[in-house]
Amino acid sequence: MTDVRCWVFTSGIGHLTPDNKMKIAVIKYNSGNVQSVLYALERLGADAELTDDPELIRAADKVIFPGQGEASSAMRYLKERKLDQVISDIKQPFLGVCLGLQLLCEHTEENDTECLGIFPVKVKRFVPENSQEFKVPHVGWNELENLADNPILKDLPANPFVYYVHSFYAELSEFTIAQTHYIHDFSGILHRDNYYAIQAHPEKSGLVGEKILENFLSL
Amino acid sequence: MLTKRIIPCLDIKDGRTVKGVNFVELRDAGDPVELAKIYSDEGADELVFLDITATVDKRKTLAELVTKVAKAINIPFTVGGGISTIEDVKFLLAAGADKISINSAAVHNPQIINDMAAEFGSQCIVVAIDTRNVDGIDFVHTHGGRKATLLRTQAWAHEVCDRGAGEILLTSMDHDGTKAGFFNELLAEISSALSIPVIASGGAGSMEHFKDVFTFGKADAALAASIFHFKEIGIPELKGYLGNEGVSIRK
Repeated sequence: MTDVRCWVFTSGIGHLTPDNKMKIAVIKYNSGNVQSVLYALERLGADAELTDDPELIRAADKVIFPGQGEASSAMRYLKERKLDQVISDIKQPFLGVCLGLQLLCEHTEENDTECLGIFPVKVKRFVPENSQEFKVPHVGWNELENLADNPILKDLPANPFVYYVHSFYAELSEFTIAQTHYIHDFSGILHRDNYYAIQAHPEKSGLVGEKILENFLSL
Repeated sequence: MLTKRIIPCLDIKDGRTVKGVNFVELRDAGDPVELAKIYSDEGADELVFLDITATVDKRKTLAELVTKVAKAINIPFTVGGGISTIEDVKFLLAAGADKISINSAAVHNPQIINDMAAEFGSQCIVVAIDTRNVDGIDFVHTHGGRKATLLRTQAWAHEVCDRGAGEILLTSMDHDGTKAGFFNELLAEISSALSIPVIASGGAGSMEHFKDVFTFGKADAALAASIFHFKEIGIPELKGYLGNEGVSIRK
Protein backbone atom coordinates (compact mmCIF):
# COMPACT_ATOMS: atom_id res chain seq x y z
CA MET A 1 0.00 0.00 0.00
CA THR A 2 1.36 3.39 -0.97
CA ASP A 3 1.63 5.83 1.87
CA VAL A 4 -0.04 8.99 0.60
CA ARG A 5 1.77 11.16 3.11
CA CYS A 6 5.06 10.35 1.45
CA TRP A 7 3.66 10.72 -1.97
CA VAL A 8 4.36 13.96 -3.79
CA PHE A 9 2.76 15.59 -6.77
CA THR A 10 4.88 15.25 -9.84
CA SER A 11 2.84 17.48 -12.06
CA GLY A 12 1.37 20.88 -11.39
CA ILE A 13 -1.21 22.84 -13.29
CA GLY A 14 1.63 24.77 -14.81
CA HIS A 15 -0.36 26.39 -17.57
CA LEU A 16 -2.54 28.22 -15.06
CA THR A 17 -0.80 31.55 -15.00
CA PRO A 18 -2.54 34.45 -13.25
CA ASP A 19 -3.34 36.32 -16.47
CA ASN A 20 -4.39 33.24 -18.39
CA LYS A 21 -6.50 31.27 -15.93
CA MET A 22 -9.01 28.80 -17.20
CA LYS A 23 -12.59 29.45 -16.14
CA ILE A 24 -14.25 26.79 -14.02
CA ALA A 25 -18.03 26.96 -13.66
CA VAL A 26 -19.45 25.24 -10.60
CA ILE A 27 -23.14 24.69 -11.20
CA LYS A 28 -25.30 26.31 -8.54
CA TYR A 29 -28.48 24.50 -7.68
CA ASN A 30 -30.55 23.67 -4.63
CA SER A 31 -28.10 21.12 -3.31
CA GLY A 32 -26.15 21.16 -0.08
CA ASN A 33 -22.96 22.89 0.84
CA VAL A 34 -20.72 23.52 -2.17
CA GLN A 35 -18.34 25.79 -0.28
CA SER A 36 -15.79 23.02 0.20
CA VAL A 37 -15.64 22.38 -3.58
CA LEU A 38 -14.91 26.06 -4.16
CA TYR A 39 -12.20 26.08 -1.48
CA ALA A 40 -10.59 22.95 -2.94
CA LEU A 41 -10.45 24.60 -6.40
CA GLU A 42 -9.01 27.73 -4.79
CA ARG A 43 -6.25 25.61 -3.19
CA LEU A 44 -5.44 24.29 -6.67
CA GLY A 45 -5.17 27.84 -7.99
CA ALA A 46 -8.22 27.59 -10.25
CA ASP A 47 -10.58 30.45 -10.96
CA ALA A 48 -13.98 28.98 -10.10
CA GLU A 49 -17.36 30.63 -10.19
CA LEU A 50 -20.58 29.34 -8.64
CA THR A 51 -23.31 30.00 -11.20
CA ASP A 52 -26.67 28.88 -12.59
CA ASP A 53 -26.37 31.16 -15.63
CA PRO A 54 -26.49 28.93 -18.77
CA GLU A 55 -24.27 31.38 -20.70
CA LEU A 56 -21.51 31.34 -18.09
CA ILE A 57 -21.71 27.54 -17.87
CA ARG A 58 -21.48 27.18 -21.68
CA ALA A 59 -18.55 29.61 -21.81
CA ALA A 60 -16.50 27.90 -19.08
CA ASP A 61 -13.42 25.78 -19.85
CA LYS A 62 -14.47 23.12 -17.36
CA VAL A 63 -17.73 22.51 -15.53
CA ILE A 64 -18.20 20.93 -12.11
CA PHE A 65 -21.60 19.67 -10.98
CA PRO A 66 -21.38 19.20 -7.22
CA GLY A 67 -24.07 18.02 -4.91
CA GLN A 68 -25.43 16.74 -1.72
CA GLY A 69 -29.13 16.51 -1.20
CA GLU A 70 -32.22 14.90 -2.61
CA ALA A 71 -32.48 13.82 -6.26
CA SER A 72 -36.07 14.65 -7.28
CA SER A 73 -36.01 18.23 -6.00
CA ALA A 74 -32.58 18.75 -7.58
CA MET A 75 -33.87 17.46 -10.98
CA ARG A 76 -36.93 19.70 -10.72
CA TYR A 77 -34.73 22.70 -10.00
CA LEU A 78 -32.47 21.93 -13.00
CA LYS A 79 -35.45 21.55 -15.35
CA GLU A 80 -37.09 24.78 -14.19
CA ARG A 81 -33.93 26.64 -15.18
CA LYS A 82 -33.36 24.54 -18.34
CA LEU A 83 -30.00 23.50 -16.91
CA ASP A 84 -30.83 19.87 -17.83
CA GLN A 85 -30.47 20.85 -21.50
CA VAL A 86 -27.32 22.87 -20.86
CA ILE A 87 -25.71 19.89 -19.12
CA SER A 88 -26.74 17.45 -21.88
CA ASP A 89 -25.34 19.70 -24.63
CA ILE A 90 -22.05 20.56 -23.00
CA LYS A 91 -18.86 19.70 -24.92
CA GLN A 92 -16.13 20.68 -22.49
CA PRO A 93 -14.86 18.42 -19.66
CA PHE A 94 -17.64 17.99 -17.12
CA LEU A 95 -17.36 16.49 -13.64
CA GLY A 96 -20.30 15.33 -11.50
CA VAL A 97 -19.63 14.84 -7.79
CA CYS A 98 -21.73 12.71 -5.38
CA LEU A 99 -25.38 13.60 -6.14
CA GLY A 100 -23.92 15.11 -9.33
CA LEU A 101 -22.88 11.58 -10.39
CA GLN A 102 -26.31 10.15 -9.61
CA LEU A 103 -28.12 12.88 -11.58
CA LEU A 104 -25.95 12.15 -14.63
CA CYS A 105 -27.27 8.57 -14.61
CA GLU A 106 -30.52 7.35 -16.13
CA HIS A 107 -32.72 6.83 -13.10
CA THR A 108 -32.43 6.79 -9.32
CA GLU A 109 -34.48 4.90 -6.77
CA GLU A 110 -34.42 8.04 -4.63
CA ASN A 111 -38.06 9.11 -4.97
CA ASP A 112 -38.20 7.18 -8.28
CA THR A 113 -36.54 10.00 -10.23
CA GLU A 114 -35.73 10.12 -13.95
CA CYS A 115 -32.30 11.71 -14.30
CA LEU A 116 -30.21 13.20 -17.12
CA GLY A 117 -29.26 9.90 -18.77
CA ILE A 118 -25.71 10.81 -19.77
CA PHE A 119 -24.69 7.45 -18.33
CA PRO A 120 -27.17 4.64 -19.13
CA VAL A 121 -26.79 3.40 -15.57
CA LYS A 122 -29.28 2.84 -12.74
CA VAL A 123 -28.83 4.29 -9.26
CA LYS A 124 -30.04 2.12 -6.39
CA ARG A 125 -30.35 2.33 -2.64
CA PHE A 126 -27.95 0.35 -0.47
CA VAL A 127 -29.85 -2.48 1.18
CA PRO A 128 -27.75 -4.08 3.92
CA GLU A 129 -28.45 -7.72 4.69
CA ASN A 130 -27.04 -7.13 8.15
CA SER A 131 -27.32 -3.65 9.68
CA GLN A 132 -24.77 -4.52 12.35
CA GLU A 133 -22.08 -4.89 9.74
CA PHE A 134 -23.26 -2.52 7.04
CA LYS A 135 -24.82 0.80 7.92
CA VAL A 136 -26.54 3.17 5.54
CA PRO A 137 -25.42 5.79 4.66
CA HIS A 138 -21.99 4.56 3.65
CA VAL A 139 -19.89 7.12 5.56
CA GLY A 140 -16.11 7.30 5.68
CA TRP A 141 -12.96 6.43 3.78
CA ASN A 142 -13.04 3.56 1.33
CA GLU A 143 -10.84 2.37 -1.53
CA LEU A 144 -11.09 2.94 -5.26
CA GLU A 145 -10.23 -0.36 -6.96
CA ASN A 146 -9.69 -1.66 -10.49
CA LEU A 147 -8.53 1.73 -11.74
CA ALA A 148 -8.68 2.04 -15.53
CA ASP A 149 -5.93 3.70 -17.53
CA ASN A 150 -7.61 7.09 -17.68
CA PRO A 151 -6.22 10.65 -17.47
CA ILE A 152 -8.38 11.54 -14.44
CA LEU A 153 -6.74 8.66 -12.52
CA LYS A 154 -3.20 9.59 -13.53
CA ASP A 155 -0.46 9.29 -10.86
CA LEU A 156 -2.74 7.96 -8.12
CA PRO A 157 -1.41 5.41 -5.61
CA ALA A 158 -2.76 1.83 -5.84
CA ASN A 159 -6.23 1.47 -4.29
CA PRO A 160 -6.41 5.07 -3.08
CA PHE A 161 -8.77 6.03 -0.24
CA VAL A 162 -11.52 8.60 -0.84
CA TYR A 163 -14.22 9.97 1.46
CA TYR A 164 -17.81 8.82 0.90
CA VAL A 165 -21.17 9.94 2.32
CA HIS A 166 -24.11 8.43 0.41
CA SER A 167 -27.09 6.08 0.60
CA PHE A 168 -27.50 5.48 -3.15
CA TYR A 169 -24.98 4.06 -5.60
CA ALA A 170 -24.54 3.66 -9.36
CA GLU A 171 -24.30 0.06 -10.58
CA LEU A 172 -21.17 -1.15 -12.31
CA SER A 173 -21.24 -0.56 -16.07
CA GLU A 174 -19.00 -0.36 -19.12
CA PHE A 175 -18.44 3.31 -18.14
CA THR A 176 -17.04 2.43 -14.68
CA ILE A 177 -13.36 3.41 -14.51
CA ALA A 178 -12.92 2.77 -10.76
CA GLN A 179 -15.05 0.78 -8.36
CA THR A 180 -15.55 0.57 -4.60
CA HIS A 181 -16.79 -2.27 -2.43
CA TYR A 182 -19.46 -1.63 0.19
CA ILE A 183 -21.98 -4.44 0.68
CA HIS A 184 -21.20 -5.12 -3.01
CA ASP A 185 -19.17 -3.44 -5.77
CA PHE A 186 -20.48 -0.16 -7.17
CA SER A 187 -19.23 2.56 -9.56
CA GLY A 188 -16.74 4.85 -7.83
CA ILE A 189 -15.94 6.86 -10.97
CA LEU A 190 -17.70 6.90 -14.35
CA HIS A 191 -16.43 8.24 -17.67
CA ARG A 192 -18.09 8.72 -21.04
CA ASP A 193 -16.78 11.13 -23.68
CA ASN A 194 -16.37 14.53 -21.98
CA TYR A 195 -18.35 13.48 -18.89
CA TYR A 196 -16.71 12.28 -15.68
CA ALA A 197 -18.48 11.54 -12.42
CA ILE A 198 -17.26 10.56 -8.95
CA GLN A 199 -19.39 9.28 -6.08
CA ALA A 200 -16.91 10.22 -3.33
CA HIS A 201 -16.08 13.80 -2.33
CA PRO A 202 -12.70 14.62 -3.94
CA GLU A 203 -12.78 18.02 -2.19
CA LYS A 204 -12.68 16.16 1.16
CA SER A 205 -10.46 13.24 0.18
CA GLY A 206 -7.03 14.53 1.16
CA LEU A 207 -4.19 14.46 -1.36
CA VAL A 208 -5.89 11.74 -3.42
CA GLY A 209 -8.95 13.92 -3.94
CA GLU A 210 -6.80 16.91 -4.79
CA LYS A 211 -4.97 14.85 -7.38
CA ILE A 212 -8.23 13.73 -9.00
CA LEU A 213 -9.44 17.36 -9.18
CA GLU A 214 -6.07 18.44 -10.51
CA ASN A 215 -6.21 15.72 -13.18
CA PHE A 216 -9.68 16.91 -14.16
CA LEU A 217 -8.49 20.51 -14.42
CA SER A 218 -5.62 19.33 -16.62
CA LEU A 219 -7.85 17.48 -19.12
CA MET B 1 -13.11 -1.88 2.46
CA LEU B 2 -14.70 0.86 4.56
CA THR B 3 -12.23 1.91 7.25
CA LYS B 4 -12.60 2.88 10.90
CA ARG B 5 -12.10 6.60 11.47
CA ILE B 6 -9.74 8.34 13.91
CA ILE B 7 -11.03 11.78 14.91
CA PRO B 8 -9.07 14.31 16.99
CA CYS B 9 -11.31 16.80 18.79
CA LEU B 10 -10.31 20.43 19.34
CA ASP B 11 -11.98 22.52 22.02
CA ILE B 12 -12.35 26.12 20.88
CA LYS B 13 -12.87 29.19 23.03
CA ASP B 14 -13.04 32.64 21.42
CA GLY B 15 -11.51 31.27 18.23
CA ARG B 16 -8.51 29.61 19.97
CA THR B 17 -7.87 26.05 21.06
CA VAL B 18 -8.04 25.46 24.78
CA LYS B 19 -6.92 22.53 26.89
CA GLY B 20 -3.24 22.08 26.52
CA VAL B 21 -1.61 21.21 23.29
CA ASN B 22 1.95 20.04 23.14
CA PHE B 23 3.08 20.08 19.55
CA VAL B 24 6.70 20.99 19.06
CA GLU B 25 6.08 21.91 15.43
CA LEU B 26 3.47 24.47 16.41
CA ARG B 27 4.57 28.07 16.35
CA ASP B 28 1.43 28.97 18.26
CA ALA B 29 -0.19 26.21 20.26
CA GLY B 30 -3.49 28.04 20.39
CA ASP B 31 -4.07 28.36 16.64
CA PRO B 32 -6.75 25.83 15.65
CA VAL B 33 -6.02 26.21 11.93
CA GLU B 34 -2.39 25.25 12.36
CA LEU B 35 -3.30 22.30 14.59
CA ALA B 36 -6.00 21.17 12.15
CA LYS B 37 -3.48 21.23 9.32
CA ILE B 38 -1.02 19.09 11.30
CA TYR B 39 -3.65 16.48 12.16
CA SER B 40 -4.89 16.44 8.59
CA ASP B 41 -1.34 15.95 7.25
CA GLU B 42 -0.70 13.22 9.83
CA GLY B 43 -3.60 11.15 8.57
CA ALA B 44 -6.54 12.05 10.84
CA ASP B 45 -9.69 10.91 9.05
CA GLU B 46 -11.88 13.78 10.23
CA LEU B 47 -11.79 16.57 12.79
CA VAL B 48 -14.30 17.82 15.32
CA PHE B 49 -14.30 21.40 16.61
CA LEU B 50 -16.22 21.93 19.80
CA ASP B 51 -16.94 25.59 20.53
CA ILE B 52 -17.14 25.97 24.28
CA THR B 53 -17.84 29.71 24.23
CA ALA B 54 -20.93 29.31 22.11
CA THR B 55 -22.47 32.66 22.97
CA VAL B 56 -24.28 34.57 20.26
CA ASP B 57 -21.75 37.41 20.05
CA LYS B 58 -18.90 34.93 19.67
CA ARG B 59 -20.55 33.15 16.73
CA LYS B 60 -18.96 35.48 14.22
CA THR B 61 -15.50 34.61 15.52
CA LEU B 62 -16.38 30.94 15.18
CA ALA B 63 -17.63 31.38 11.60
CA GLU B 64 -14.40 33.16 10.63
CA LEU B 65 -12.43 30.30 12.13
CA VAL B 66 -14.55 27.70 10.31
CA THR B 67 -13.83 29.44 7.00
CA LYS B 68 -10.08 29.49 7.70
CA VAL B 69 -10.13 25.78 8.56
CA ALA B 70 -12.20 24.92 5.49
CA LYS B 71 -9.74 26.74 3.25
CA ALA B 72 -6.74 25.05 4.87
CA ILE B 73 -7.66 21.37 5.16
CA ASN B 74 -8.91 18.74 2.72
CA ILE B 75 -10.63 16.31 5.10
CA PRO B 76 -14.16 16.54 6.55
CA PHE B 77 -14.79 18.42 9.76
CA THR B 78 -17.68 18.82 12.17
CA VAL B 79 -18.48 21.89 14.27
CA GLY B 80 -20.45 21.64 17.51
CA GLY B 81 -21.24 23.60 20.66
CA GLY B 82 -24.33 25.65 21.40
CA ILE B 83 -26.03 25.01 18.04
CA SER B 84 -29.80 25.15 18.44
CA THR B 85 -31.48 26.62 15.37
CA ILE B 86 -31.71 26.10 11.61
CA GLU B 87 -30.12 29.55 11.28
CA ASP B 88 -27.08 28.44 13.33
CA VAL B 89 -26.61 25.47 11.01
CA LYS B 90 -27.05 27.53 7.84
CA PHE B 91 -24.47 30.02 9.12
CA LEU B 92 -21.83 27.38 9.91
CA LEU B 93 -22.36 25.34 6.72
CA ALA B 94 -22.10 28.52 4.67
CA ALA B 95 -18.85 29.28 6.48
CA GLY B 96 -17.49 25.91 5.29
CA ALA B 97 -18.30 23.26 7.94
CA ASP B 98 -19.10 19.82 6.50
CA LYS B 99 -21.24 18.64 9.41
CA ILE B 100 -22.65 20.16 12.57
CA SER B 101 -23.21 18.50 15.91
CA ILE B 102 -26.13 19.21 18.24
CA ASN B 103 -26.55 18.02 21.80
CA SER B 104 -28.64 19.82 24.48
CA ALA B 105 -30.85 21.50 21.85
CA ALA B 106 -31.93 18.10 20.53
CA VAL B 107 -32.82 16.90 24.05
CA HIS B 108 -34.90 20.02 24.71
CA ASN B 109 -36.60 19.98 21.31
CA PRO B 110 -36.21 16.63 19.50
CA GLN B 111 -38.16 17.92 16.48
CA ILE B 112 -35.14 20.07 15.62
CA ILE B 113 -33.37 16.88 14.45
CA ASN B 114 -36.15 16.19 11.91
CA ASP B 115 -36.15 19.83 10.82
CA MET B 116 -32.38 20.04 10.38
CA ALA B 117 -32.20 16.69 8.55
CA ALA B 118 -34.98 17.77 6.18
CA GLU B 119 -33.35 21.14 5.52
CA PHE B 120 -29.71 20.10 5.14
CA GLY B 121 -29.74 16.31 4.74
CA SER B 122 -28.97 13.68 7.38
CA GLN B 123 -25.37 13.44 6.19
CA CYS B 124 -24.41 16.67 7.93
CA ILE B 125 -26.37 16.28 11.19
CA VAL B 126 -24.45 14.59 14.00
CA VAL B 127 -26.29 14.17 17.30
CA ALA B 128 -23.96 14.16 20.31
CA ILE B 129 -25.16 12.20 23.34
CA ASP B 130 -23.52 12.56 26.75
CA THR B 131 -24.28 9.56 28.91
CA ARG B 132 -23.68 8.71 32.55
CA ASN B 133 -24.47 5.50 34.40
CA VAL B 134 -26.66 6.01 37.47
CA ASP B 135 -27.22 2.90 39.60
CA GLY B 136 -26.69 0.61 36.63
CA ILE B 137 -28.88 2.53 34.19
CA ASP B 138 -27.51 4.76 31.42
CA PHE B 139 -29.11 8.20 31.33
CA VAL B 140 -28.63 11.06 28.90
CA HIS B 141 -27.04 14.14 30.46
CA THR B 142 -26.86 17.67 29.08
CA HIS B 143 -24.75 20.78 29.66
CA GLY B 144 -21.44 18.99 29.30
CA GLY B 145 -22.67 16.06 31.36
CA ARG B 146 -23.67 18.16 34.39
CA LYS B 147 -27.45 17.97 34.10
CA ALA B 148 -29.24 14.65 34.31
CA THR B 149 -32.33 13.93 32.23
CA LEU B 150 -34.86 11.12 32.52
CA LEU B 151 -34.01 9.88 29.02
CA ARG B 152 -32.53 6.40 28.80
CA THR B 153 -29.46 6.54 26.57
CA GLN B 154 -30.39 3.52 24.42
CA ALA B 155 -33.92 4.80 23.82
CA TRP B 156 -32.67 8.28 22.96
CA ALA B 157 -30.11 6.87 20.51
CA HIS B 158 -32.93 5.02 18.72
CA GLU B 159 -35.06 8.14 18.67
CA VAL B 160 -32.39 10.41 17.17
CA CYS B 161 -31.71 7.77 14.51
CA ASP B 162 -35.43 7.57 13.65
CA ARG B 163 -35.64 11.35 13.51
CA GLY B 164 -32.95 11.53 10.83
CA ALA B 165 -29.58 11.99 12.54
CA GLY B 166 -26.74 10.98 10.20
CA GLU B 167 -24.34 9.88 12.93
CA ILE B 168 -24.24 9.62 16.73
CA LEU B 169 -21.32 10.89 18.81
CA LEU B 170 -21.61 8.98 22.09
CA THR B 171 -19.55 10.29 25.03
CA SER B 172 -19.45 8.39 28.29
CA MET B 173 -18.98 10.98 31.04
CA ASP B 174 -17.94 8.16 33.41
CA HIS B 175 -15.06 7.25 31.11
CA ASP B 176 -14.12 10.71 29.83
CA GLY B 177 -10.74 11.82 31.16
CA THR B 178 -10.01 8.47 32.87
CA LYS B 179 -7.75 7.14 30.07
CA ALA B 180 -8.98 3.70 31.13
CA GLY B 181 -10.72 2.78 27.86
CA PHE B 182 -14.03 3.46 26.13
CA PHE B 183 -17.48 2.32 27.35
CA ASN B 184 -17.42 -0.66 24.98
CA GLU B 185 -20.48 -2.50 26.34
CA LEU B 186 -22.84 0.42 25.79
CA LEU B 187 -21.23 1.35 22.46
CA ALA B 188 -21.61 -2.20 21.14
CA GLU B 189 -25.23 -2.36 22.26
CA ILE B 190 -26.11 0.92 20.54
CA SER B 191 -23.97 0.48 17.43
CA SER B 192 -25.36 -3.02 16.79
CA ALA B 193 -28.93 -1.87 17.14
CA LEU B 194 -28.72 1.20 14.88
CA SER B 195 -28.42 1.63 11.14
CA ILE B 196 -26.27 4.80 11.39
CA PRO B 197 -22.56 5.15 12.31
CA VAL B 198 -21.57 5.62 15.96
CA ILE B 199 -18.54 7.70 16.96
CA ALA B 200 -17.12 6.63 20.33
CA SER B 201 -15.81 9.24 22.75
CA GLY B 202 -14.48 9.27 26.30
CA GLY B 203 -11.76 7.15 27.85
CA ALA B 204 -9.00 6.79 25.22
CA GLY B 205 -5.68 6.25 26.96
CA SER B 206 -3.77 3.68 24.92
CA MET B 207 -3.59 2.30 21.40
CA GLU B 208 -5.17 -0.91 22.65
CA HIS B 209 -8.25 1.07 23.73
CA PHE B 210 -8.80 2.04 20.09
CA LYS B 211 -8.50 -1.57 18.96
CA ASP B 212 -11.01 -2.57 21.66
CA VAL B 213 -13.52 0.14 20.77
CA PHE B 214 -13.51 -0.94 17.11
CA THR B 215 -13.70 -4.67 17.86
CA PHE B 216 -15.65 -5.08 21.15
CA GLY B 217 -17.31 -1.65 21.04
CA LYS B 218 -18.30 -2.01 17.35
CA ALA B 219 -17.71 1.72 16.90
CA ASP B 220 -17.42 3.15 13.39
CA ALA B 221 -15.12 5.95 14.51
CA ALA B 222 -13.26 6.96 17.67
CA LEU B 223 -12.71 10.46 18.96
CA ALA B 224 -10.07 11.68 21.40
CA ALA B 225 -8.52 14.98 22.45
CA SER B 226 -5.72 15.21 24.98
CA ILE B 227 -3.85 12.01 24.06
CA PHE B 228 -3.38 13.47 20.59
CA HIS B 229 -2.75 17.06 21.74
CA PHE B 230 -0.07 15.92 24.19
CA LYS B 231 1.44 13.52 21.66
CA GLU B 232 0.97 10.58 24.01
CA ILE B 233 -0.17 8.76 20.90
CA GLY B 234 0.74 9.91 17.41
CA ILE B 235 -1.83 9.36 14.67
CA PRO B 236 0.58 7.62 12.22
CA GLU B 237 1.77 5.35 15.05
CA LEU B 238 -1.83 4.56 16.09
CA LYS B 239 -2.86 3.79 12.53
CA GLY B 240 0.16 1.56 12.03
CA TYR B 241 -0.70 -0.36 15.20
CA LEU B 242 -4.37 -0.77 14.27
CA GLY B 243 -3.46 -1.94 10.77
CA ASN B 244 -1.15 -4.59 12.23
CA GLU B 245 -3.90 -5.67 14.60
CA GLY B 246 -6.21 -6.32 11.66
CA VAL B 247 -8.42 -3.25 12.05
CA SER B 248 -9.42 -1.77 8.70
CA ILE B 249 -7.81 1.65 8.60
CA ARG B 250 -6.90 4.30 6.00
CA LYS B 251 -3.16 4.39 5.52
